[in-house]
Amino acid sequence: MSIKIGTTAGQPKIEISGSLGLPELEQARRRFAQTPFAPHATLDLSALQRLDSAGAWLLLTEQARLRQEGTDLIIASVPPHALPLVEVVRANLARAEPATRPPLTVAALLDRLGRKVAGGAAFLRDLLGYLGIFTARLLGALRRPRGFHLTSLVHHCEEVGLRAVPIVALMAFLIGVVLAFQGATQLRPFGAEIFVVELIAISILRELGILLTAIIVAGRTASAFTAAIGSMKMREEIDAMLTLRIDPANALILPRILALVITLPILGLVADLSGLLGGALMSWAELGISPAMFRTRLIEGVEPIHVVVGLVKAPVFALIIGIVGCRAGMQVGNSAESLGRMTSSAVVTAIFAVIVIDALFSILFAQVGL
Amino acid sequence: MTGADDMVIRIRGLENRFGPHRVHEGLDLDMRRGEVLGVVGGSGTGKSVLLRSIVGLRRPNAGRIAVFGEEMTGIDEDRRAALAARWGVMFQDGALFSSLTLRENVEVPLRGVAGLDPDTRHALAELKIAMVGLPLDAAETYPAELSGGMRKRAGLARALALDPEIVFLDEPTAGLDPIGAAAFDRLMRDLVQALGLSVFLVTHDLDTLYALCDRVAVLAERRVLATGTLDDMLAVEHPWVRDYFHGPRGRAARRSGPAAPQGR
Repeated sequence: MSIKIGTTAGQPKIEISGSLGLPELEQARRRFAQTPFAPHATLDLSALQRLDSAGAWLLLTEQARLRQEGTDLIIASVPPHALPLVEVVRANLARAEPATRPPLTVAALLDRLGRKVAGGAAFLRDLLGYLGIFTARLLGALRRPRGFHLTSLVHHCEEVGLRAVPIVALMAFLIGVVLAFQGATQLRPFGAEIFVVELIAISILRELGILLTAIIVAGRTASAFTAAIGSMKMREEIDAMLTLRIDPANALILPRILALVITLPILGLVADLSGLLGGALMSWAELGISPAMFRTRLIEGVEPIHVVVGLVKAPVFALIIGIVGCRAGMQVGNSAESLGRMTSSAVVTAIFAVIVIDALFSILFAQVGL
Repeated sequence: MTGADDMVIRIRGLENRFGPHRVHEGLDLDMRRGEVLGVVGGSGTGKSVLLRSIVGLRRPNAGRIAVFGEEMTGIDEDRRAALAARWGVMFQDGALFSSLTLRENVEVPLRGVAGLDPDTRHALAELKIAMVGLPLDAAETYPAELSGGMRKRAGLARALALDPEIVFLDEPTAGLDPIGAAAFDRLMRDLVQALGLSVFLVTHDLDTLYALCDRVAVLAERRVLATGTLDDMLAVEHPWVRDYFHGPRGRAARRSGPAAPQGR
């Protein structure tokens, strides 16, 4: 591109030749800004070989800018090949006015905060609604067992329960090992190594076994529920079920949540046993506490109530994980993006809810003295 | 530039295989500068595979593809990127980036232009959005909030962002209602004329063929079975081609189609 500035009949005349397009845009704009324009000026494009829409845009916006400054820029002799383009750009430029965004005010911030709070309340109400749906369908299934999807329940028990056994057992085993190792180093200076048995048993049975199991299941199963139900929602399978008079709550939600309620306590028990095994092995290796000794201390020093306190939480965790996962699945819209967003939100919400409920249980048990 | 300057795309002996299944075998195709070439064929004849091979999304198993006179196989990355800036691709459902607003989507190719200031980029993106006939208040919305037809238009705006010489359109009117499809055909015709585009158009839609195409290439039996104008196609003696162009839909499109380009 080259821009030549001359005069004809006492008026400035700007000649642009070569190519005017996106690559030359900023250069051309700078040239325009430097050029002194009189009240009238002519832009001669007869030698222009190539013009793209960015180039046409520049010419037309410069013309508009100069008009505001009181200069009349006449675009003359547009080559025929560029004429339709200039017309299209001119026609669409009129519509292309910069959008104004509303400024961020205190009122807007308060408004946003209010909406978030209301959204949070609506979310809790929604969860309660799903708990209600689950309960209603469960009672319905008890009254009319023929409508219950037993095959589905068995399938989900395998999926969320049996298949989670290896990861849960390994996790609990390692936690037992870590507790024994840490306990040993902390208790040895006091000569109180033998109490490591109580340390391991009470912390795993009361808290860690079931809590960590629930967290793993929340990550594994809540996301699976959301993804499965959500992709059905996305492909309108849920709508198809409704038109075929199949109740999605009965067919999809009830067996999933029920499977979790049944299997999570079992998984918790597996975690307890595996954690104790890990702790016992590490105590034997590190502290020389023989398995027989470990067993004796365990039976004499640790009351069975700790197991109950731990496992009684399991069905509640299962309910909340299942409800959060299923609800998120039903919230999926028709885009793959919303499926991804709801899946990750389900996992985060489920884990958070598990920890909150565990804290509430701790307060409850402290109050009743267990 | 070579003597074949007028051929923007030249394909010779193209072969594409998926396992034992041959999609293309010895496929030859030429596309001239400034023409709208419609590529038709039954399902599974590899129309989209052909498009993907040309734009470099799929490496063909054999054969040569030259775009703008440059061999695409074995070309180095920089040369390929430079060539890719001279074409735009519109995918079936727009293939917009879902995390970006419509305006940001159109800005993506413009970000690669050195020294372009952000305000100019915004303005050019908005110009392109207006040019494809979208309302400007749509510029700040996300793809998920738009209808299918609007997403296609937005995809076209992004394909046109750099004023390409060739535009590849993959089923541009699939999933649109007849009114929306006709509006899209009109839009394309105006843009082809104003921007001097060459268009590689993969479609099933006979109305679009009659409204837009200068030439048609029929894919069948793993190669380009016939090329020519729509009138030439009527004379082709091949069962699929006969059924396609002489079927009830073909006849209806022929009656309403040819009048349209003049009736602007």
